[in-house]
Amino acid sequence: MGVEFEPKIVAFMCNWCTYAGADNAGVARMESPSNVLPIRVMCSGRISPEMVMRAFRAGADGVLVMGCHIGDCHYSTGNHRSVKRMPLLRNLLATVGVNPERLELTWVSAAEAPRFVQVTHSFTDKIRSLGPLSQEVAE
Amino acid sequence: MNKLIIDGAEYQAQDDQTILDVCRQNGIEIPTLCYHPAMEPYGACRLCTVEVIRHGWSNLHTACTHPAWDGLEVKTQSPAVYDVRRTLMGLFLSRCPHVPVIQNLARQYGVTEPPFATDDPDQKCILCGLCVRVCNDLVKANVINFSDRGIDRQVGPPFLEKTRDCIGCGACTIVCPTGAIDIVLEEAGVYAEKPLGPTAAIYVPSLQAVPRVPVIDTDSCIRFRQQDRSNGKIADACGVCQTLCEANAIDFDQQDEILDLTVGSVIVATGFEMWDPKKLSQYSYGRSPHIITGMEFERLSNAGGPTGGQILLSDGSKPKRVAIIHCVGSRDHNAHAYCSRICCMYSLKHAHLVRDKTGAEVYEFYMDMRAFGKGYEEFYERVQEEGVTMVRGRGAVVDVLPNGKLRVKGEDADLGKLLAVDVDMVVLSTAIEAPHDADKISALFGLGRTADGWFAEAHPKLRPVETNTDGVFLAGCAQGPKDVPDTVAHAGAASAAVLGLLDRGEVVIAPTVAEVNRDDCVGCGDCLLVCPYTAITRVEGKAQINAALCKGCGTCVATCPSGAIMALHFTDDQIVAQIDGVLAWA
Ligand SMILES: Cc1cc2nc3c(=O)[nH]c(=O)nc-3n(C[C@H](O)[C@H](O)[C@H](O)COP(=O)(O)OP(=O)(O)OC[C@H]3O[C@@H](n4cnc5c(N)ncnc54)[C@H](O)[C@@H]3O)c2cc1C
Ligand code: SF4
Ligand code: FES
Ligand code: FES
Repeated sequence: MGVEFEPKIVAFMCNWCTYAGADNAGVARMESPSNVLPIRVMCSGRISPEMVMRAFRAGADGVLVMGCHIGDCHYSTGNHRSVKRMPLLRNLLATVGVNPERLELTWVSAAEAPRFVQVTHSFTDKIRSLGPLSQEVAE
Repeated sequence: MNKLIIDGAEYQAQDDQTILDVCRQNGIEIPTLCYHPAMEPYGACRLCTVEVIRHGWSNLHTACTHPAWDGLEVKTQSPAVYDVRRTLMGLFLSRCPHVPVIQNLARQYGVTEPPFATDDPDQKCILCGLCVRVCNDLVKANVINFSDRGIDRQVGPPFLEKTRDCIGCGACTIVCPTGAIDIVLEEAGVYAEKPLGPTAAIYVPSLQAVPRVPVIDTDSCIRFRQQDRSNGKIADACGVCQTLCEANAIDFDQQDEILDLTVGSVIVATGFEMWDPKKLSQYSYGRSPHIITGMEFERLSNAGGPTGGQILLSDGSKPKRVAIIHCVGSRDHNAHAYCSRICCMYSLKHAHLVRDKTGAEVYEFYMDMRAFGKGYEEFYERVQEEGVTMVRGRGAVVDVLPNGKLRVKGEDADLGKLLAVDVDMVVLSTAIEAPHDADKISALFGLGRTADGWFAEAHPKLRPVETNTDGVFLAGCAQGPKDVPDTVAHAGAASAAVLGLLDRGEVVIAPTVAEVNRDDCVGCGDCLLVCPYTAITRVEGKAQINAALCKGCGTCVATCPSGAIMALHFTDDQIVAQIDGVLAWA
């Protein structure tokens, strides 16, 4: 049995909800996968498609975009933009030969430390089963 | 201004005052039976008789009806006055030999035995007419009046029959000086008693109310109850409070007012609500009047409460055994998972009060005793020393037995045994929870809420009164369960944070704002559409950002098709460097 593939995952997190939720998970000594590499932005609305593409290009096997639940965005409607942007971007990924499953948009509030842990684990498991992105793009 | 001499001293009086008014105002005692300050004097009982000397002529008059004319001389204690009152009290005592008020007054005038034969020893009515006047003149229900004449004279409803016109206000029972009228609640149409509620239609909500002013309960107020619901017009009835209020503070037309205030900061201190124990049927709440919540116990043991602070069962007797159940709705995955924090200590307080006021046996069912504060553990010990039986284990079920007694079952974990105790009263120390409309408050102020429903502070350790919305602070239970000392400390910190802002007079904003590079901006205006703060305007065909309005979310940055906007401290270059960095290192 070879060494199991460990994916690299870039997780964009908004400052107010998900980042705080991740922080709370840490404070509560909950374990989240070390595959997830956090990038803090002020709002999920700050994440442009270019950044997601940049992450893939720089070697990420998966990208998580996380923000406040709809209605809870610190800036009221920043996450409304992400809701429109990310599905479009997933379509785009398919056309360039990247499995759209490698990009996920999801909501984690500051109070949802357990959810943060669960979401990061299940996404990591999914990407692990998809295998490395380099392999997929090469095929 | 009239001047008159009463018992040798000179007093001043207004034109519309009676001799009785002047005497009462100056602390001169005159006995009365048929007088009530809210109604016109009637002169029926004659007990207020005084000697009035005018132009040298002396006469006996009733003080309640005689105007306080200029130049009068009044004697309230002369032998003639004493004689008249003594005779009157003899007559009253012969009519009503067993009424304490009459007995006491008669004794004051040296009458201890009825001088005449008594017709009906149970008679209580002295025919003063107060009830008749209150019903007709004040309440305007026109239900009671006099009937028959001479020695047959009596008061009552028409033909002395029950009438549906009685609105059950009870005003007649209150004004009756001898307690001759009882209200019997037996039919619909008469308002049911509120066992734990206020006892009058106008009351100060609680002894410590701030501001400490009375309110009118429009459901019980005679005037409001006869309101014309079609046009909101209030009946012209009663108004006793208005008549009697010297400060002239009663305003029946007062309406709720909505004020628009411009403020710089807001402290949200919306507190808690009680969790409803009906949600878990095993506690049988609502199935017996003797299963009450901690809050209802507070009302019962309050000196301003319905029993004057005595702890009584619904039949007026003292309970002999009381069970107090902790954690009802708290630490329970079927209700609230969290510990409500305050109930252990208030349960101990309740146990102490029951022991102190009734001497009843107290069984306290608890899982863990959270005596967390300064002096609290000591109080716990003291309550144990007072003889309270502590049962370690959740009170699991409360059954209402056919004889009305209550059976509490639970496990005594210390003994490892199941336990059942029969008690007279059960106090449920119910959980506290976020107010039912907390979602509206959170939407209004953009507040986050923790999973348990309370408003989220900006940081659980370092910023406990701030929220993520600038200028909005939290105080007290709005942020999570707290007892009074913790609430006061938290509120003090919130006020200090607000004062800090006021003192500075200017606000410091985060430097993470967006900036437009005018050379790259093509003026498409996409950013204007996405900005939640309308911080972007078009100036000379190009986007311009007002840094004071911008909150730095960066949505415009990600939207701009020309890459002309930069989020300071979160620039594309910085984020890309981070992406590259984490991936290279991982
Ligand atoms: C049965 C019982 C016994 C207790 N005994 C003790 C004790 O002995 N010692 C002790 O230290 N603590 C005791 N406590 C705890 C104590 O009651 C609380 O610590 C305290 O009341 C918290 O104060 P607060 O101001 O945060 O909230 P609250 O007292 O709940 O006050 C919040 C106020 O905000 C108002 N409000 C809510 N929403 C709005 C809105 N949208 N707009 C305007 N106003 C609003 C509410 O009507 C309420 O008046 C007891 C609690 C209970 C339930
Ligand atoms: S304070 Fe005591 S009674 Fe209240 S929930 Fe916590 S442990 Fe239970
Ligand atoms: S601030 Fe969290 S999504 Fe906008
Ligand atoms: S009080 Fe004056 S007559 Fe009764």
